[in-house]
Amino acid sequence: MSQMYVARNPRVAARSLDGEMMIMSGRDSTLFTLNKTATIIWQAADGTTPLDEIVERKICLEFEVDHDAALEDAEALARELAGHEILQISEEPIVARKPNFGELR
Amino acid sequence: MSNLLAQMTARAQALNIPLSVQLDLTYRCNERCVHCYLDHDDHGEMTTAEIKHLLDEMADAGVFILTLSGGEIFLRKDFFEILEHARQLMFCVKLKTNAVLIREREAQRIRDLNVESIQISIYSHRPEVHDAITLIPGSLKRSLSAIAFLKSQGLKVIIANVLMAQNAQDYPGVRALAAELDVECTLDPTITPMMDGDRSVLGLGVDREALRQVFRDPALVGDVDEFCAIASPASEDVLESTPCSAGHTTAYVSPYGDVYPCVQFPLPTGNVRQQRFLDIWQHSDQMNEVRSIRLKDLTTCTGCTHVSSCTRCPGLAYLEGNMRGPSSQDCEKSLARTGVPSANMLSKKRAVANLVQIRVLPAMAGVPA
Repeated sequence: MSQMYVARNPRVAARSLDGEMMIMSGRDSTLFTLNKTATIIWQAADGTTPLDEIVERKICLEFEVDHDAALEDAEALARELAGHEILQISEEPIVARKPNFGELR
Repeated sequence: MSNLLAQMTARAQALNIPLSVQLDLTYRCNERCVHCYLDHDDHGEMTTAEIKHLLDEMADAGVFILTLSGGEIFLRKDFFEILEHARQLMFCVKLKTNAVLIREREAQRIRDLNVESIQISIYSHRPEVHDAITLIPGSLKRSLSAIAFLKSQGLKVIIANVLMAQNAQDYPGVRALAAELDVECTLDPTITPMMDGDRSVLGLGVDREALRQVFRDPALVGDVDEFCAIASPASEDVLESTPCSAGHTTAYVSPYGDVYPCVQFPLPTGNVRQQRFLDIWQHSDQMNEVRSIRLKDLTTCTGCTHVSSCTRCPGLAYLEGNMRGPSSQDCEKSLARTGVPSANMLSKKRAVANLVQIRVLPAMAGVPA
């Protein structure tokens, strides 16, 4: 994958507890927690910022780690979270769909 | 509760974060359940804007699990607007409803908004019993149709079966119905006094013998001997623990913005129309008083045989007049479960015995008849 874009899956429930995300899967209500680094990536996953850039801006500067190693870890994390349907990943920017909200309003 | 959720709850308690809130959107209802503790008139419900603002505040405060209840939530015309806002804020949303107003369209909308679960009250598998409790003819049929719609959308449905004298024999039928519908089923023998303190509805509850039978049904409790065993004496750790999550990680907000520690604990702690939710949660004297209570501080229960295993509800105790006191309904449950009366029951028995005691006065002794 040349460029990876990541977006929070809108189907999940999520809240930060003391800097760490609690995330409940929309698929089967399984609960996950993310450590502080994974939380930073999850919170920055807006669908339009490449993961590469998130790692550079939010991880490398903050934690003074090597970019390539951090990116490799971040991509592995993103794939794992995507497997749980917590995160969406794509080679293209992920545009959030406007929620279908009308006739029952 | 899963291990992870239990860990998160313990962490939230240590950090003083209200992890779970029940928000009643209305007290209005399209049923008139005989045991209901609410006044169904509208005394000035929060507007859509007020509720959305409250949801923003609750998300900022760290609330994760949001239960929307009532009254009947679908009587609010803005229900889906509120629900959508809640999901945009990424709450884990649970709904409590009688489901009478849920059709296919509503079920689809609930699915699209990724609601975690929908709890629906079913009192009996027999229409004549269920409808006699809701006082609405045809209500069982409509609630069951809604469950089918919700299930067809892949949603998690939980049947809540409140047990009363009127339906005490029907819980196996409700459980069979739940199994047939492939939904979870919970059973609760607790009747809550009216919010204004009126306790007359408590007379509708199951009697001691029915409760005893329920607690000895392996289908409900698993290992009966283990479930009904008398607990070991309370350790220091147990006595230092808090009675329940009310005011520690959970709170309740009424349709009028009043904040309480729990839906069953109507101790006024503040109103979100006057104060921020988080300020009430963190700084209300009443909330902090609730938080200060440990099992060792209870007036009668600390020394009770059942203190470490009792389901004592501090809200029901509060409704009896003392949040540190016993909850008689839970004393009844402990007795029905173990056969051993609670300290509260024994002290009441002694008090009654003292009242009827007749002693011969010294001056009367020896007086000829």
